[in-house]
Amino acid sequence: MNRVLSNKKTILIFVLPAFVFFSLIIILPILYSGYLSTIEWNGYSEKIFVGLENFKNLFADFPKGFTLGVKNSFLLAILSVFVQIPLSLILALVISKGIKGEGFFRTVYFIPVIISTTVIGQLWLKIYQPKYGVLNYLLAQLGLENLQNSWLASAETALACTFFVIVWQYVGYHMLLLYSSIKSIPKSLLEAAKVDGATNTQIARHITIPLIAPMIKVCVTFALIGSLKTFDLIYVLTKGGPIHSTEVPTTIMYRVLLTENNYGLGSAMAIFIIIECLIFTILIQKGFKAESYTY
Amino acid sequence: MNLREKIKNLKILQYIILIIVAFVQIYPLFWLLTFSLKSNLEIFGKNPLALPKSFMISNYANILVNGNLLTYLFNSVFVTAITIAFSTIISAMAAYAIARMCWKIKEHVLTYFLLGLMIPMQATLLPLFLMMKRTGAYNTPWALILPYTGFALPMAIFIFVGFFRSIPKEMEEAAFIDGASIYQIFRVIMLPLIKPAIATVSIFTFLSCWNELMFAITFISKEQFKTLTVGIMGMVGMYATNWGELGAGLVVAALPTVIIYVFMSSQVEKSFTTGAIKG
Repeated sequence: MNRVLSNKKTILIFVLPAFVFFSLIIILPILYSGYLSTIEWNGYSEKIFVGLENFKNLFADFPKGFTLGVKNSFLLAILSVFVQIPLSLILALVISKGIKGEGFFRTVYFIPVIISTTVIGQLWLKIYQPKYGVLNYLLAQLGLENLQNSWLASAETALACTFFVIVWQYVGYHMLLLYSSIKSIPKSLLEAAKVDGATNTQIARHITIPLIAPMIKVCVTFALIGSLKTFDLIYVLTKGGPIHSTEVPTTIMYRVLLTENNYGLGSAMAIFIIIECLIFTILIQKGFKAESYTY
Repeated sequence: MNLREKIKNLKILQYIILIIVAFVQIYPLFWLLTFSLKSNLEIFGKNPLALPKSFMISNYANILVNGNLLTYLFNSVFVTAITIAFSTIISAMAAYAIARMCWKIKEHVLTYFLLGLMIPMQATLLPLFLMMKRTGAYNTPWALILPYTGFALPMAIFIFVGFFRSIPKEMEEAAFIDGASIYQIFRVIMLPLIKPAIATVSIFTFLSCWNELMFAITFISKEQFKTLTVGIMGMVGMYATNWGELGAGLVVAALPTVIIYVFMSSQVEKSFTTGAIKG
């Protein structure tokens, strides 16, 4: 049997299709992006090698607004980590206690996660619509006309409105991950604490949260990386506007690549985004030393 | 007595908060459903929260037939189905070789595949765009099927390898002694054993293909090959003053995923939690 299992030809037949596919679709394009980031090219012109010129441009805020885009994506990342995840954690802690309607709440919170961001974006465009949208109507009904706004059409509120939709769509995702992690803690542990007279808050702080720390780390990583490469929702909601107030690196990259045909500069942005994601993943792994417990 | 009352009040407060959050999560979707059934007169009338007076089923009929939504729906089903079939087969094969066969560099090959989990799709956009143009796949369903399959592989291989490793070796040994070939063993014995993992992977791949926008909008501009997400983005301009029909289109695009979730919620939830363990 071991002879059959170490037959080189068989192994090749099994591994090669996936290997070729993966290399052609992911690895080679990344390498090619790396190469393109060092040249100046519009797809038709002669390719001119410019070294790190494209990256220097990015750091010197060219195209104008790139720095703002990076700032916006950082802002979304910080908000996601410090608003979205605590909110998800609270929801997960509360519904995992075995309250009535546990399954109902879990399902309802999770539904937006599985719906296409395109649909979600279009829906919220209608909700935020100043004249016929639900939001301004509700404010008027509550007598809060002075809070009415043009939401996504105003540079002051557009980014905050976008963030709200991100939270709305993904709070259920993080909630589910944390919830399933809490559910895997043995009941006896929590019951023992209860017998000893610990309150719910104490149990959460000293038992549940430390035990699910590895999953919290996963959520933080997903929220952070997800914010750094966010594209779909912003593309649907604002395309980076108004007046570039919701621009993020990916929307700028999309425009530079596909409208302006500046392939070198756009590829430098692609590489920038990969490196950003790598650095943050490593930082979280290093800085967030979650001990794993066995039970 | 006082403490008990306090606890009771706290519990009520807790429920109130849970219900408010549930309302915020579900009401926008319900509102979408109501305006997809309204006439323009009602939508742009006084009260956007009102329930539809008479159900305008014609919104759905119009968008499905005149609005090409049926074509988009078919394309989404086609692209998603082929991607799931393709990626499941080749990733299960690779995972089997990595988990069960004996060769020196298998751990390195696994690491190589798992690198893909770290790579944002956006970073491959231009090279894939140029590749699709060069090979003639641009503006055909293959321009989506090929990249979707590629990006589905890392997660699928990760899940399958874990699953294959948990199956006892005796299963194969018995079949070998009976004289089965390795291909028969893979097809007849191993694949049925990893069915739960195939379900997990398929749901994950389904949701990511069905909902994908960036590749779809870049690689497809021909009406006849547009998937739902691109189709909807194209409809927005045309139906700017016709919320009812656009709403109907949005409902149709969202419905398949919601139905799958409602009927297979524990399966779907498992897909997401299994996918997260890689972190």
